[in-house]
Amino acid sequence: MTDATQAPPAAATRKGFAALEIDTRLLGMIGAFVLIALAFHLASDGRFVTPRNLFNLTIQTASVAIMATGMVFIIVMRHIDLSVGSVLATCSAVMAMVQTVVVPDWLGAGLGSPLNAPIAIACGLVTGAAIGAFHGWLVGYLSIPAFIVTLGGLLVWRNVAWYLTSGQTIGPLDETFQLFGGINGTLGETWSWILGLIGAAAALAGLWSARRNKVAHEFPVKPLWAEAVVAALVVGGILGFVALLNAYTIPDRVLERRFEAEGLVMPAGYTEGYGVPISIVLLIAVAIVMTVIARRTRFGRYIFATGGNPDAAELSGIDTRMLTVKVFALLGTLCAISAVVASARLTNHSNDIGILDELRVIAAAVIGGTALKGGVGTIYGAIIGALIMQSLQSGMAMVGVDAPLQNIVVGAVLVAAVLIDIWYRKRTGARD
Amino acid sequence: MAQEHAKAPVDRSGTPLVSLEDISIAFGGVQAVDRVSLDLYPGEVVGLLGHNGAGKSTLIKCLSGAYQRDSGTIRIDGEVADIRSPADARRYNIETIYQTLALADNLDAPSNLFLGRELITPFGLMDDAKMEAETRRIMARLNPNFRKINEPVSALSGGQRQSVAIARAVYFNARILIMDEPTAALGVHETAMVADLIKELKDQGLGIFLISHDTREMMELCDRVSVMKNGKMVGTERVEDVTEDDILSMIILGKNPVREAA
Repeated sequence: MTDATQAPPAAATRKGFAALEIDTRLLGMIGAFVLIALAFHLASDGRFVTPRNLFNLTIQTASVAIMATGMVFIIVMRHIDLSVGSVLATCSAVMAMVQTVVVPDWLGAGLGSPLNAPIAIACGLVTGAAIGAFHGWLVGYLSIPAFIVTLGGLLVWRNVAWYLTSGQTIGPLDETFQLFGGINGTLGETWSWILGLIGAAAALAGLWSARRNKVAHEFPVKPLWAEAVVAALVVGGILGFVALLNAYTIPDRVLERRFEAEGLVMPAGYTEGYGVPISIVLLIAVAIVMTVIARRTRFGRYIFATGGNPDAAELSGIDTRMLTVKVFALLGTLCAISAVVASARLTNHSNDIGILDELRVIAAAVIGGTALKGGVGTIYGAIIGALIMQSLQSGMAMVGVDAPLQNIVVGAVLVAAVLIDIWYRKRTGARD
Repeated sequence: MAQEHAKAPVDRSGTPLVSLEDISIAFGGVQAVDRVSLDLYPGEVVGLLGHNGAGKSTLIKCLSGAYQRDSGTIRIDGEVADIRSPADARRYNIETIYQTLALADNLDAPSNLFLGRELITPFGLMDDAKMEAETRRIMARLNPNFRKINEPVSALSGGQRQSVAIARAVYFNARILIMDEPTAALGVHETAMVADLIKELKDQGLGIFLISHDTREMMELCDRVSVMKNGKMVGTERVEDVTEDDILSMIILGKNPVREAA
């Protein structure tokens, strides 16, 4: 739908690079990321573009990126959600209490029980969905502006979280639960390669079936060489990503301890990579599901239609009030998933978890090309937006920029990104 | 009165396709439509005339489900019809072309054409390829120059946008068609295309409510015209019984010259 904005007609007649039909906005964002990465790499004497730093970058991005995919839908529907950081905190507090008090003590399962993590996560997801649905009901059925509802939510849920834990830091969290945090839970090299190969195969199958479908309906298709180039780029990207994460090796002393624990001696020169973190697998799964929702389901089509013209959507028989409830509930659920990732990464629940996340999430969506006037936005854009924000932040910290200046730069980049987006839309002729 | 071309007479002996009976609706103390009754027979085009704010569009929105009437009855084929939302109206095969066109500008033509009634694959996902193929098929018939299938409708001309709205109304086997100012934004050539389409649909037995300010166009396209003023029905006349001047005086004076003369 939105990518149709950038796809000019008469594909069959285009030659050379244009025949690839690669979204120029996607290229622009990847280009911006590469520029930022190279700049920090030079400024930090070659410490930025290393497996170790890029691994850390991905796990730091995951929590904000997961929520940003849901924020895209909210903004596309001409709403806003200022409460995501606080909702994340409440979900995190619920999960922390369930796995450290409710299940172990009240239900008598004890700490370390295999029940802790699944029950805690289920409770967190239900909490997030319920809070989101409640916000959506206030917005959709009682017609309170989303800005006000979620501004209230920002204060309410931050402090509900405080009461749930009596203001204490809760930790350490369950070990199974911690697997979702990043470095404490990775697939290892072999499984990472298997995942990468499955992903590459699925991407190829998708490209192939899309082409076959077009041919069946006699629509214009790209030349075969262009399909081959796109396929090579996609497969190369997926496998390159896996190779990168596998290249970050587990420190020798950690490996030695592991061998010792099994009563073995580590062979000389033995190395093992971390591989793909489970939090990134989660982010990829969320990205795929959200993209399918956006492009291939009625639910997604109605979100974009309502954002483009709310009156037209209602006259087409779409229940826009219920749609609002569902979209906010979806974002609430994603906040809960982010809460799992964020608290597992810190290995505890603390009061300040998720503070200012609402701004990072909104900024990620907006940098990723989501228009605040509604109707336009992509899932992949929001994820790359989150990555760009995180790169700036970690890069500046790495180079030793003062904390106040870091925030000044991030704020300026947000405004500049929107300005560039406006120019881009004018040049490509997309009307607003 | 001499007609420029012969119209097939409409058979009004059977049950009306649509009966609007004593329809009233008020907005905050303003009686927008006040006890208005109107029938529509199969194969008939009934024109609604009146000043801006006379209540034409409001009356018609009660039938299309966009507004909920305060009182009155709607009958389809003689049966009481429960129309409370646009989705209800669609179930009775009532399709509407709104004055604003009601298109989502950010979506392409197939998405707009099938909005609310998307074609679905066996897996429950939208069948975009099928919808695009169907759109190409119907647009080839309605507007052979239409090429921009995959662009958002904001990139289309007024006439092309209009043809998307018309395609949406006629694709789903409408029995009752409501057209609110369908030619207001169109050029001469496109207006003629819409006029031809109305005649074709009428021959297929559809009942059509047409709203327009162009009295001459209404005399040519309609079988009967109804004039509204200040929310009330002034009168409904067969076009062969009245002149354009009669209609104008009904619109301006709110009186029925034919009956007063009789």
